[in-house]
Amino acid sequence: MGGAVGQTEAEDTPAAPGPRPPRALGRAADAFLRRREATILVVAIALLVYFQWSRSAFLSHDNLVNISQGTAPYAIVAVGEVLLLVSGEIDLSAGMVFTLSPFLMHYFIDYYGMYPILAIVVALLAGAAIGLVNGAVTVFLRVPSFVTTLGTLFLIQGITLTTSHAYPAEIPPAAQGLASWFGHADWSELIWCLAIVAFFHIVLIRTRWGLHTVAVGGNLLGASEAGIKVARIKVGNFMVTGGLAAFAGILEAFRTSTIDPSSGGTGAMFTAVSAAVIGGTALAGGSGTVIGALFGALVLAELQNGFNLIGISANPFNIILGAAILVSMILNVHLARLRRAGRS
Amino acid sequence: MTEVLRAENLAKSFGAVTALTDINLRLEQGEVLGLIGDNGAGKSTLIKILCGFHQPDSGRVLLNGQEVTFKSVEHARALGIDTVYQDLALINELSVYHNMFLGRERVRWPLLSNRAMRRLAKEHLDDMGVNISSVDVEVAKLSGGQRQAIAVARSVYSEAKILLLDEPLAAMGAKEGALILDLVRELKERGEVSVIIIAHNYAQVLEVCDRVNLLQHGQITFDKPAGETSLRELTDLVVAEYRAARTRGAPPAT
Repeated sequence: MGGAVGQTEAEDTPAAPGPRPPRALGRAADAFLRRREATILVVAIALLVYFQWSRSAFLSHDNLVNISQGTAPYAIVAVGEVLLLVSGEIDLSAGMVFTLSPFLMHYFIDYYGMYPILAIVVALLAGAAIGLVNGAVTVFLRVPSFVTTLGTLFLIQGITLTTSHAYPAEIPPAAQGLASWFGHADWSELIWCLAIVAFFHIVLIRTRWGLHTVAVGGNLLGASEAGIKVARIKVGNFMVTGGLAAFAGILEAFRTSTIDPSSGGTGAMFTAVSAAVIGGTALAGGSGTVIGALFGALVLAELQNGFNLIGISANPFNIILGAAILVSMILNVHLARLRRAGRS
Repeated sequence: MTEVLRAENLAKSFGAVTALTDINLRLEQGEVLGLIGDNGAGKSTLIKILCGFHQPDSGRVLLNGQEVTFKSVEHARALGIDTVYQDLALINELSVYHNMFLGRERVRWPLLSNRAMRRLAKEHLDDMGVNISSVDVEVAKLSGGQRQAIAVARSVYSEAKILLLDEPLAAMGAKEGALILDLVRELKERGEVSVIIIAHNYAQVLEVCDRVNLLQHGQITFDKPAGETSLRELTDLVVAEYRAARTRGAPPAT
């Protein structure tokens, strides 16, 4: 990045190539740094080195499981938020879908006698249906998604609290056999998370759906003039987000062996949106990366976990977390600009 | 010569605003038709009806003698009508070759055939004489003229039979404008597509068009072969309209 520091506006003038570090290694480093995910991966590794250096327990098996479990559910929700942010929308209600979905599973199994696996599928479909409502209100009734999903956020929270009487519930005994598959085993959440991230990474960068998602977020009118079914893309991404949030909620319920009305919520949603944004996804639409969101979620989990290990008490934790979010985002925004300036 | 497109008595309003009152227009095979008129005369609305983006309130459109109702842009495009819009409809965040294929991507299900699209885009742009450093570049990094050339080349590539160019020369330097006019001449020589160009710059229209139509207040008020009219006549017509509007006390259409 050394040579590009002086360039701020490279819109019209072709950027002069900065002085390149020596050949092969330099080219590899260059190619790496031009990837949007690179910055945040560097941050994640730096944090790992720092925390391992200050507390050797950081990389122990048990703690790695902890970090993976602090990463996975939020990364899964963040995948959905990335798709939405890229297409120019946001879903604030995802955290509440996260909270509601294990309750739905519980109701379907214990009150309606559904097969557990079917109950999980129906709970995911319910999450997607909430996404459909969010998308339909946003796209067809033209309410900005920030407002639409602010409304559904409270609506869904109300439904959860009313139907559960605000009490936690047990995992239905009939579903216990599925627990280790759906989040209870050490690496179960992480494996689901990596599979989902890999799948949607491919969807975003290599499929027509992903291309159209970028197009819709980059130039809505232009995309529709090019014949892209704009409404379908947006509503579809809301549905994906709803389904993923529902799935993350179910994983988290199985992991903690309890269905808790205080799990998920706005905290989970903000963590997911932060992960997406820290990972290099623009709030303005048109650009973003699913893998970046995974790294973003990893960085947040590392911070939380590392601060715990070091023994920073809960009170100043948010000060440090907030500062860390700001610093990583400022870095990300500016490194992104330098990257763009260096490429012509 | 055979008639490829005909519009009869098209009308279109948006709420209380009447954009088109009564449009009658025809386009022959291989012809380049210049459509001129002041801002607000209804040019863009007309184009958006012909390409399926808007549906007319009344009147009909005939394609190769057959009455058609365009249900959508895609539908019109499937019937061979394609448009380059004023706002270009390019996606800044996407590469040149993705933009070239936007809305009609090459796919080997479930993945995009990026390699094929990249190669075809490069071949086609080279063929059209459009000069860019690489088809992998994000469109945001191109100049206005390059962007316009990409947009025109994209439509040509779509194997459209009828091409609608909405202000293709707007905001363009002389050199870049000449590039676009050369593209149009190239199309005319090939004779496979018929073109409607909407333009402000009457001199450039006369240079490449076979026939000129003037659109005023939602109607076509003038229709002559380009060889039988002049820059002077066209300018006088528009100025006369402006004067008439002013003496009536009404503000000219904006």
